[in-house]
Amino acid sequence: MDPIREAMLKKSHSAKLERRGKTISLVCISLIVIVVVAIFFFVASKGLATFFQNKINLWSFLTKSVWNPSMKDAHGNPEVGALPMIVGSFGVTFLSAIIATPFAVGAGIFMTEISRKWGQKILQPVIELLVGIPSVVYGFIGLSVVVPFIRHIFGGTGFGILAGTFVLFVMILPTVTSMTVDALKAVPRHYREASLALGATRWQTIYRVVLRAAIPGILTGIVFGMARAFGEALAVQMVIGNAALLPKNLVSPASTLTSVLTSGIGNTVMGSLENNALWSLALLLLLMSLAFNLLIRWIGKKGELNK
Amino acid sequence: MKKIVTLFTIMLLAFMASACGSGSNSKQSGESITAVGSSALQPLVEAAGEQYQTEHLGVFINVQGGGSGTGLSQIQQGAVDIGNSDLFAEEKPDINAKALVDHKVAVVGIAPIVNPSVGVKNVTMTQLQQIFLGQITNWKQLGGKNVPIVLVNRAQGSGTRATFEKWVLQGKQPIAAQEQDSTGMVRQIVGSTPGAISYVAFSYINKTVQSLSVDGVAPTDANVTTNRWRIWSYEHMYTKGQPRGLTKRFLAYIMSSPIQKKLVQKMGYIPVTQMKVVRDASGRVSKE
Amino acid sequence: MNPKIADKVATTVLYIISGIIIIILASLLGYILFQGVPHISWHFLTSPAQSFEAGGGIGVQLFNSFYLLVLAMLISTPISLGAGIYLSEYAKKNWLTDAIRTSIEILSSLPSVVVGLFGFLIFVLQFKFGFSILSGALALTVFNLPLLTRNVEDSLRGVSDEQREAGLALGLSRWETVLHVVIPEALPGIITGMILGAGRVFGEAAALIYTAGQSAPALDFTNWNPANIASPLNPFRPAETLAVHIWKINSEGIQPDAVAVSAGASAVLVIAVLIFNLSARYFGNRLFKKMTAA
Repeated sequence: MDPIREAMLKKSHSAKLERRGKTISLVCISLIVIVVVAIFFFVASKGLATFFQNKINLWSFLTKSVWNPSMKDAHGNPEVGALPMIVGSFGVTFLSAIIATPFAVGAGIFMTEISRKWGQKILQPVIELLVGIPSVVYGFIGLSVVVPFIRHIFGGTGFGILAGTFVLFVMILPTVTSMTVDALKAVPRHYREASLALGATRWQTIYRVVLRAAIPGILTGIVFGMARAFGEALAVQMVIGNAALLPKNLVSPASTLTSVLTSGIGNTVMGSLENNALWSLALLLLLMSLAFNLLIRWIGKKGELNK
Repeated sequence: MKKIVTLFTIMLLAFMASACGSGSNSKQSGESITAVGSSALQPLVEAAGEQYQTEHLGVFINVQGGGSGTGLSQIQQGAVDIGNSDLFAEEKPDINAKALVDHKVAVVGIAPIVNPSVGVKNVTMTQLQQIFLGQITNWKQLGGKNVPIVLVNRAQGSGTRATFEKWVLQGKQPIAAQEQDSTGMVRQIVGSTPGAISYVAFSYINKTVQSLSVDGVAPTDANVTTNRWRIWSYEHMYTKGQPRGLTKRFLAYIMSSPIQKKLVQKMGYIPVTQMKVVRDASGRVSKE
Repeated sequence: MNPKIADKVATTVLYIISGIIIIILASLLGYILFQGVPHISWHFLTSPAQSFEAGGGIGVQLFNSFYLLVLAMLISTPISLGAGIYLSEYAKKNWLTDAIRTSIEILSSLPSVVVGLFGFLIFVLQFKFGFSILSGALALTVFNLPLLTRNVEDSLRGVSDEQREAGLALGLSRWETVLHVVIPEALPGIITGMILGAGRVFGEAAALIYTAGQSAPALDFTNWNPANIASPLNPFRPAETLAVHIWKINSEGIQPDAVAVSAGASAVLVIAVLIFNLSARYFGNRLFKKMTAA
C-alpha cells in the first residue's frame, strides 16, 4: 500500500479525540439513565406491591378519602384512600406556581431587560442564596410567622393549603426566577434590535418578542419549580397541618403525598402493607410529575417560535 | 479545560483509592457496632455510646435514628447490630418477634399536653378519650375557656401514638386530625396554637405547654413506676438472637447502675431498674 | 392604551415586583440572621455538639457539611458535564433523547426522602458502605445530577451556533470545539448552576438522614490519615451535617438551648452559603476571563 493512501486512511489525532470525547459523554449519560431506571424500578416494585401483593383496588386507592393503612374498613379491606393527599399536593403545587410565575417572570425581565446592573449585583446573589436555606428553616419560619399570620387574618388554626402555598412560593421562586433569567438571556440580541428598529417601545419588544421567544425556557423553569414544590416534604409538612382529610377550604388542615410519605416511612416495617402503601404514594408522585412534564412539553412545543 | 478535567479525574481517583483503602482498614482499627431505630431512644443510646467510647478506647458505637419501624425491620434482616424501638416487636405485624431478643433499657411516660391558654389542668380518662374521638370539641365543655379543641396527633405507626392509643383510646380510632412525626414539632404547634392538645414524652414538657393530670394523677416519674400513671412504654433495644461481643458488653453497660442511675435519669427517661411493676407485650401488669 | 404609557406602566409594575421580591427575601434573611447571629461565637463554631446538655457547638457538623459538599460536587460535576455535553451536542433529536430528558426531569421531582431511602437500601446496605460520608455523597449525587445536567445542557445550548461553526471551520473536531470554544463561553451559566446545586446540597437534610446518618462522632483534627476512624477525612465515618443537625434538634432535641442552637446553626448555614456563593462567583469570573482570552 502506498504511504499516501495509508496516511489518508489512518485516523487523525482529532478523530481519535472526537471518538474518545463522544464515548466519555455517552458513558456519563448512560450512568444517569441507569440511576433513573434503577430508582424507577425500585419505587415501582415497592409501590406496585400494594396492588399485586396486598390486593388493593387501584381505583379505590385513587378515589377513597380515608387513609389509615393499619385499619380495616367495614368490608375488611385496609383503608388506603389517597385522594386527600392527591388533592393537597395538586393544590399547593398549582397555587404556588400560579403565584410565583408572575413574580419570577417580572424579576427575570427586570434583571435582563431593564436593569442588568442592579439585577446581577443584588437580585441574583440573593436569589441564589435562598436556594441554600434548608427546608427545615423555611418550615420553621412558616410555622412561627406565616401560620399565626393566617390564623389572625382568616381564622381557623392557620395550618392548611394556604400556609403551604406561601412557604412553597418563596421556596420555588429562586428556581423559577433563575431559569427564567437564563431563558431570557438566551434570546438572541438581534431579535430585540430588530423590534426596537421597527419603532417598538421597550415593553412592546419585551412582551411581543422577547417573552415569546423565551416561552419554552420559562415553561421549563415553571416545571422545575412545580417539581420542587411537588417533591418538597419537610417544610410543607410543618405548615400544612398534615391531616389526611379532604381540604374543605384553603385554611383547613390538609396533607400532601410527600408529607404523609416522609412522616410515615420511618415508622413502618419494610415489606408490610403500611410501608408498601407509602411507596405507592411515591410511585404516584413519579407518575404525576411525568404527566406534568408531558403536558408542559406539549404546551412548550405549541408556543415555540418557528426557528 | 483539559487541565481541569485531568485535575478532577485525579482527585476522584485519589478519593476512590483512599476510600477503598480505608474500607478494608476501618474494621481493623477497632470494633464497631451500629444501632438504628426509634428517634425517642436515640439521644440516650447516643449519649451512652459516647460515654462508653471515652471509657473504652478503640471501639466505635454508631447510633442512628430513623423510627421504630426502621429499627425493627433492620434488626430483623440482620443489617444492624441493635434495633431500637418504642414498641414491643409483637405489636408490629410483619415482624417475627421470636427471632429477636428484647432488652428493655428505659421507660418513658407519656402525658397529654395542651396550650396553656385553654384553662384546663385535669381531665378524666373518659374525657380524654372523648376529646380524641371527637365527642368533646370545645374546652368550655370541660370547664375551660370557650376555645375549640384542635387535635394534634403523632404520625401513624409512631411508638408514642401507639402507646397513647392503646392506654387512652383502648383500641378505638381517633378522628382524623393533624399529624406530626416529631416531638419537637408537636410541642411547638401545641405551644403556639390556641386550643391545641397532643401528647409527648415527659422529658419534652416545658414552659410553653401545659401538661394534664388524668383522674387526678399527675404525670410524674414516681406515678409511672407504680403504674398509677398508665400511659407509659418501655424503650427496647432488640438484638437478633443473643447478643455477642461488643453488643453484649454495650448492652450490659447501659443496664449498669451508673448509667441507669445517672445518665438515664438526667436525660428525662425513667430507669427500668426503678420500675415496681412489669408489663408484658399484651399489656398485662404484674408486681415485680 | 398608548404604547408609550403602556411602556411606562409596565416598567413601573416590573420595578414593584422586583421590589416586593427583594423585600420578601431581605426580611427572610434578616429574620434568620437576626435570630441566629447573637448565638454565634467562636466556641459555638468549633466545639462538638451536646446531646442533652446546654452549650453544644456545631464544629463537627460544619466540617462534615463542607466535606460532604466537596465530595458530592466532585462526583456529580464531571458526570453532569459529560451528560450535558452529550444531550446538547451529540444527542439526535428523536424519541429516545426525549425520553431521557423527561426521565431526568422527573428524577428531579422525586422527594428527597425517596432518594434517601434508595441510598439507604443501595449504598448503605447493599454496597455495605454503612452510614457514611460516602453513602451520603452518592445519595446527594443522585439528587443533584438531574438539575446539574439540565443546567449544563441549557448553558451549552445558549452558545450560538456560529461559535461552533467557527470552531469546526478551523478544523477542530466536535469534541475539541466543545472543550475549547463552547464550554468556556457557557462557563458563567454552568457555574451559576453549580452554585445553585451546591446550595441545595448544603441545605439538604431528608436525603442524608438515612445515608450519612444523624450522629457526629468527635473528630481528631490532628489525624489526617483517611483510614483512621476518627480522622476528619475518613469517608466511611457517619457524618451528621449542619442541615441534618438543625432538623434533628428541632424534631427530637432535648437540649435546654435547642432553640438557640437551631437559630445559630441556621444563621451559620446561610452565611456559609453566602461566602460560598461569592467566592464561586469570583473564581468563576476569573476563570471565564482566563479561558476566553478577554
